[in-house]
Amino acid sequence: MKSVEELKAIREKALKEISIRDNENKIRIVVGMATCGIAAGAKSVMNAFAEELAKRNINNATVSMTGCIGICRLEPIAEVIGVDGEKTTYVKLDAEKARRIVAEHIVNQKPVVEYTIGEAEK
Amino acid sequence: MKDIAHHLLDIAQNSVSAGANIITIKITVSPKSKSAGKQDLIIEEKVSDTLTCEIIDNGRGMDQEFCKKVLDPFETTRETRDVGLGIPLLKQSCELAGGKLSINSVPYEGTTVKAEFEIDHIDRIPLGDVAGTVKMLIIANPEITWNIKFSSPEKEFGLNTCEIKHYLEDIPLNNYDVLVWIEQKINEGIREVFGGVLNEIS
Repeated sequence: MKSVEELKAIREKALKEISIRDNENKIRIVVGMATCGIAAGAKSVMNAFAEELAKRNINNATVSMTGCIGICRLEPIAEVIGVDGEKTTYVKLDAEKARRIVAEHIVNQKPVVEYTIGEAEK
Repeated sequence: MKDIAHHLLDIAQNSVSAGANIITIKITVSPKSKSAGKQDLIIEEKVSDTLTCEIIDNGRGMDQEFCKKVLDPFETTRETRDVGLGIPLLKQSCELAGGKLSINSVPYEGTTVKAEFEIDHIDRIPLGDVAGTVKMLIIANPEITWNIKFSSPEKEFGLNTCEIKHYLEDIPLNNYDVLVWIEQKINEGIREVFGGVLNEIS
């Protein structure tokens, strides 16, 4: 059974990890989670992003959801918005692609060109 | 939508857009009330229990006129396009499984969306990953108080993110370890309350 004691332990652990409160700008990963996105599988995509960021201990990126981005036929869609405000739109995602985007785009700062909207619409 | 959890994720976001700060997701299994008549028939009819999913928010609500129109796919508040399918799709899922959808809303007080399904109906979609849905909703909206309630005739389960915040103090709710804890806690609740009651949960 999950207990409150465990929560307290998580708190202790988390407190140690946030040594310096980072107020720096963060990379934002925004997943389209309207009806169209959800029906296309955006839930597992968002879960993969969150899981991968946590697994790799990445603190300079956050995941959030937004409504319909407007191109439902290309869902699941996620936008990666860099600290400089530059936006990369990834389309037709799945959990595996999401993990690759974290590894290549977030960690190594090289966008995964083949998953971007520019490539899909060629 | 493949399962009920996907619908809940979709509908809960309407509550978020309506500016709610307390959102309750309530899943209930209740025995169907016996229908009147047909008592002299010898054939015993199997009565199916009802699965009810409610999303209750304290958002800005809708007036009666809009509330009636909201079941129409061409009625939406969104600005990207003139079509909104969230509610109509849920209505379809309910009706395919011998249930119904009802919406109750009071302007400036909140909205309740209630979806009912006949549990044993062959076309009822499975419950799906409700814990994962709640996890996603918390990641995206940690500032909202999420209230999760499950009940079956014999058991009950409840989780409130406000209480969890109390234990966490200065640690944010969307800390990943906390999210995993919440996800597992909800999964335990589902097994405890709906195990053996819903046939997809052992």
